[in-house]
Amino acid sequence: MKSPVASPVSFRQIVPWVVGVALIALPFVYRDPYHLHILVLILIWSFAYTSWSMMGRFGLVSLGHGGFMGVGAYVTALLWNHLGLSPWIGIPIALVCAGALALIVAYPCFRFRITGHYFALVTLALSGIVLQIITATRDYTGGSLGYTPDRTKGSHLVALQFDDKTTWYLIALGVWGVGLLIWRWVDRSMDRYALEAISEDEDAAAAAGVNVTFEKLKITVISALMTALAGALYCQYQMFISPDTVSGIAVSLQMVFAVVVGGIYVALGPTVGAIITIMLAEGLRIGFGTKAVGWDNLVYGVLLVVFIIFLPKGILGSLLERIKPSSKR
Amino acid sequence: MQSFLEIFDIYLLEAMVNGILLGGVLALLALGLNLIFGVIDVTWICYAELVMIGMYGMYYLVQYYGLPYYAAAPLTILLVAVLGALLHYLVIAPLLGAAPINQLLATGGVLFVLQSFATVAFGIDFRNLGIRLPVLQFAEMHFSYSRLLSFLAALVGMVVIYLFMTRTYTGTAIRAIAQDRQIMALMGVDTKRIYLVTSALGGALAGLAACLLVLQYDVHPFVGLSFGPITFLICVLGGLGNFVGGFVAAFLFAEIISLGGLFSDLEWGYVLAFAFFIVMMFIRPGGLLARRQ
Amino acid sequence: MLVVNGLVKRFGGFTAVNNVSFEVAEGEILGLIGPNGSGKSTIFNMLSGTFPPSAGSILFDGGEIAGLPPHKIINRGIGRTFQIPRPFRRLSIFENVALAGYYGQGSHSLAKANDSAEKALAMVGLPTDRRASVDGLGAAGLKKLELAKAIATGPKLLLADESLGGLDEAEMDQAADMLRKIRDELGITIIWVEHIMGVLMRVVDRVMVLDHGEKISEGLPSAVSSDPRVVEVYLGTDAHMTQAAAAEARR
Ligand SMILES: Nc1ncnc2c1ncn2[C@@H]1O[C@H](COP(=O)(O)OP(=O)(O)OP(=O)(O)O)[C@@H](O)[C@H]1O
Ligand SMILES: [Mg+2]
Repeated sequence: MKSPVASPVSFRQIVPWVVGVALIALPFVYRDPYHLHILVLILIWSFAYTSWSMMGRFGLVSLGHGGFMGVGAYVTALLWNHLGLSPWIGIPIALVCAGALALIVAYPCFRFRITGHYFALVTLALSGIVLQIITATRDYTGGSLGYTPDRTKGSHLVALQFDDKTTWYLIALGVWGVGLLIWRWVDRSMDRYALEAISEDEDAAAAAGVNVTFEKLKITVISALMTALAGALYCQYQMFISPDTVSGIAVSLQMVFAVVVGGIYVALGPTVGAIITIMLAEGLRIGFGTKAVGWDNLVYGVLLVVFIIFLPKGILGSLLERIKPSSKR
Repeated sequence: MQSFLEIFDIYLLEAMVNGILLGGVLALLALGLNLIFGVIDVTWICYAELVMIGMYGMYYLVQYYGLPYYAAAPLTILLVAVLGALLHYLVIAPLLGAAPINQLLATGGVLFVLQSFATVAFGIDFRNLGIRLPVLQFAEMHFSYSRLLSFLAALVGMVVIYLFMTRTYTGTAIRAIAQDRQIMALMGVDTKRIYLVTSALGGALAGLAACLLVLQYDVHPFVGLSFGPITFLICVLGGLGNFVGGFVAAFLFAEIISLGGLFSDLEWGYVLAFAFFIVMMFIRPGGLLARRQ
Repeated sequence: MLVVNGLVKRFGGFTAVNNVSFEVAEGEILGLIGPNGSGKSTIFNMLSGTFPPSAGSILFDGGEIAGLPPHKIINRGIGRTFQIPRPFRRLSIFENVALAGYYGQGSHSLAKANDSAEKALAMVGLPTDRRASVDGLGAAGLKKLELAKAIATGPKLLLADESLGGLDEAEMDQAADMLRKIRDELGITIIWVEHIMGVLMRVVDRVMVLDHGEKISEGLPSAVSSDPRVVEVYLGTDAHMTQAAAAEARR
């Protein structure tokens, strides 16, 4: 069901390749560690935000993604510190945990038609609870003080710990790219039509033969796995996690905010959202130093409200709409 | 063996009574959320943060301006009621025509704003009123006086709301709108005003809860996170907008949290409550009070 | 091919369908009529799995389907339309129908989906242009889209909840012809729901009449329209008034 492309080998087909090559080449040309650091953060969070919008674009507004991210980060780190399990094994286990959690919470929700407000509230509680568990098990997780994976004494590759920014930049770039590919894959698949239909009218979608519960679970699990991977990567890169930075309601809302600002229905929307939010936070941090604590979230909050009221399609979404007003709604 | 059982029973009973006392405040919170959802069809996910602001209000009025507790309480209730009305006027009203989920997310933005406002304005230290109410002892069981007081006040608050809803013209109009939005607008009821009054009322309930919670817990910018999620679960389990369901669910959850906390930390009580919630969704997907098909 | 036995649906204390039994033979068009609220759509909802029956059995091609989820029932070969059209407005007309072709046949093949979408659209007389938006369709167009979606799922039995109130005589004749064409050309068995007898009687092989959730008559159109119980239900209420009321209610 591909829509016919306007011109044969068009400008639009070449651009992604050019940009991709430029992005890969970047760290070999430009080595400023601070700027690379910011770029790595942007890429990891973009990936997390993209995973949120995989669900969000279909009206499945989950506020539980802070929970999935927390599971991804903490399970990986705990397995490494306590069992000496390499993240190469730990991350898949963490993903399985996050996927299972997503299934346990989402299955009854979808099976019994808990949608809209109800779904948002249940998942909101989920991220709250994950935060509570991390805090409650403070003997293992360090509670609200945070947690640091042990520095490896052996191979950096096995421990997935690298000191140089270039390696991390390339890893984050790869994962981000994979995130976009998954987005595109869903976007071009029949699942997208099924999910659009479900988001409009579940009964009518079911009457067209769509297994509503299964389709929703599928996208939810994909989204949860990606989010958990983002959490694990964040942990490996920063070498420090705390309940507030990778789990809880605030992180969930931060995802919503970034995606809403960037644009929820476009592939690069979440990336634009990540660029804006992280630049904003860094700008405030540099401008105001420690006084900025709290201010960034205050600005986020106000912007979130303003965007939802005045620009619900986000910056990129609205821009694209301006550029080609003839495209679909 | 015999004596062990006796002691255990006493603790169990104590936890159960404490659960009932906790249930009062949770029921109050659930009532406020349900009221707003029932009438305006929006969920304020920043509800617990309004309570947090109210707790700070109490703290400053009592500790800073030296007002006595009973004088500070009405002021705080008024303050949060105004906040509720403002929230509706500034955030919800412009979004009434938008997708419902946008309204919910916008209140998420407000949650951010309130939390970080508190961080910036009040700092992240834990603060309390410095009022130490006595502990009641009754047949070897200990109950905090403040909990008993909150329980009673919460009940009084709910009775007042009930009377308001059944005995006044505005209350009747609110109930009517909760039943059927379009018809009432057609019948000349000023929905805008009713929405505003309802929001103020919801705020006032949050204010009352703040006055009561501040007796038992320290206030800090993130205190909302410790009872917000539970309140949402209560409302979903009871059926959003269903007052009686919310009431029953509040006490059920309070018992679980209290009994769960008996065996370990309070956080595990929350986890237990969440697990219970998931199980209940399988058993009674339509909500606690829904008729089984 | 369809054997329904003792079907019951209760909503709370209210019984919308009460102990209804009937059979449908392969290749026939069964008319299902009855006044507003008599339970016709509710029967369809149970047959298609939109909600489970409170009691009773539904045998389709010899297998029990009562209480199965809708997608399983559709995949076994029962397609349905909704009385009030429920298009997916974010998808194009073609995508609406291709979706049904993809998921409704259980084979999940893109080529087959596109193929059946094209055939279904041609059958009902809608454009097969892939971009055309649903927003351009009027009431009659939306009804056609409903039909195309149902046909694209490749059904052996089609549940057509038409209730054509709001259409004029010519449009009703057209719709009747369409259903007959679907049966004749595609070999699809049809249950056709309607609350007025007019056109329906000319097309169907057999009629079943519902009133207050109960079956009050069944048989050949000529026999049913002279059945005193049916006359009683329909006589006092002028057919045109029923139609007007239905059109009004839909607004
Ligand atoms: N989901 C539901 N919940 C409660 N009652 C329902 C539900 N669906 C239908 N009903 C009731 O069941 C009765 C039968 O409804 P149904 O839609 O089957 O009638 P119908 O014969 O299709 O009427 P019409 O000719 O107007 O389409 C009506 O009284 C209706 O109000
Ligand atoms: Mg009907």
